[in-house]
Amino acid sequence: MLSPTEWGIVALSLKVALAAIGLTLPVAFALAWVLARKSFPGRMLLDTLVHLPLVLPPVVTGWLLLLFFGRNGAGGRALETLFGATLMFRWTGAALAAGIMALPLMVRAIRLSLEAVDRRLESAARTLGASPLRAFASVTLPLALPGVGAAVVLGFARSLGEFGATITFVSNVPGETRTLPLAIYTALQVPGAEDSVTRMAIASVLLSLAALMVSEWLVRKDGRRSHVL
Amino acid sequence: MSFDIAIEVPRGDRTVSVRIAPVTGITALFGPSGVGKTTVLDAVVGLVRPASGHVRIAGATLFDANTNLPPERRGCGYVFQDGRLFPHKSVRDNLLYGWKLAPPSRRFMDLAEATRFLGIADLLDRAPRTLSGGEAQRVAIGRALLSGPRALLMDEPLSSLDADRRDGIMRVIERIRDDLSLPILYVSHDRAEVDRLAAQVVELG
Repeated sequence: MLSPTEWGIVALSLKVALAAIGLTLPVAFALAWVLARKSFPGRMLLDTLVHLPLVLPPVVTGWLLLLFFGRNGAGGRALETLFGATLMFRWTGAALAAGIMALPLMVRAIRLSLEAVDRRLESAARTLGASPLRAFASVTLPLALPGVGAAVVLGFARSLGEFGATITFVSNVPGETRTLPLAIYTALQVPGAEDSVTRMAIASVLLSLAALMVSEWLVRKDGRRSHVL
Repeated sequence: MSFDIAIEVPRGDRTVSVRIAPVTGITALFGPSGVGKTTVLDAVVGLVRPASGHVRIAGATLFDANTNLPPERRGCGYVFQDGRLFPHKSVRDNLLYGWKLAPPSRRFMDLAEATRFLGIADLLDRAPRTLSGGEAQRVAIGRALLSGPRALLMDEPLSSLDADRRDGIMRVIERIRDDLSLPILYVSHDRAEVDRLAAQVVELG
């Protein structure tokens, strides 16, 4: 079984991953909707920016976050003056890093599920008296929901595994930013901590498997599409 | 209670022009496939914007140089060629979708009346994907009628049905014309259908 410290690490990891998803889901949904439905100048650029965390080395993403949210960055100074808050060395910073790394995966899954919904059904809803918003909420959203669910699970799993951007941006602070991957990496540097590594690795595998199973279930529940990604 | 329509609708690299005079009963839009019949219906319900002209139904202006009501405020019951039932809702919830959104003063039938009228009472708990073509078409007609429309637009409602079912739906359409005295704009490429149903035939193409 896990030691109390290791349970703390699992709890912190879950907290960071859940916060990352809570933060990212509305943004990912809005971006997916815009990319699926709207054509405007700069659409390609936006699409590229969204996908950047997927193709950049995570360490580079973490470094860019550090530049922007660090003590001298524009974002960091704004947070400091407006809220007296900082993301540096804090679990909130770890959540931000994990959320940004999960963003492209979530946008992709939601966008595909929105694009798979027949837009003519929304037209039908409009002729029956539904405003554009109601037509979207009562027809498109429920039909796209399995894809949104899959995006959440995928983003959650990605956040649990986040390492490079996190350690670069908010360092490796016990109890604040030391999530499972960082704790495993740290334990590997310590002679004689192999048992701890094994236990935390098993915990990681179990959490990821659980997320994967939920995602499979969500996709299968939706018989009209064979896959979301 | 009738249509007064004169519109020019851009469609690809050409323009579809149509004039429909106010005549009581069923007006048929007749012409070969691809001539723009569906485009005309889309423009009347407000899904496509005409370049110019006017759309009036029973004295209410839905579109002209100064007016362009959105589809949800036009009150046109649209029976699509492909049905377009909501796949995630039961037949009952499909039927009630527009009814719930309609102001009570505009409703002219309730669920029980509509299902009796169309002979679909035993389908209420089914999912749309389990319906036959004829059943789905009846549900689509019921959904449109229950939204309390001022007119009914039907896009080739018989095209996917066999001869027996066609006759059944045609009788339903005749009863909508006679019992509900709702103006109907009916799109077809079948001369026999048009001759049987229409008081006025507008040829396109």
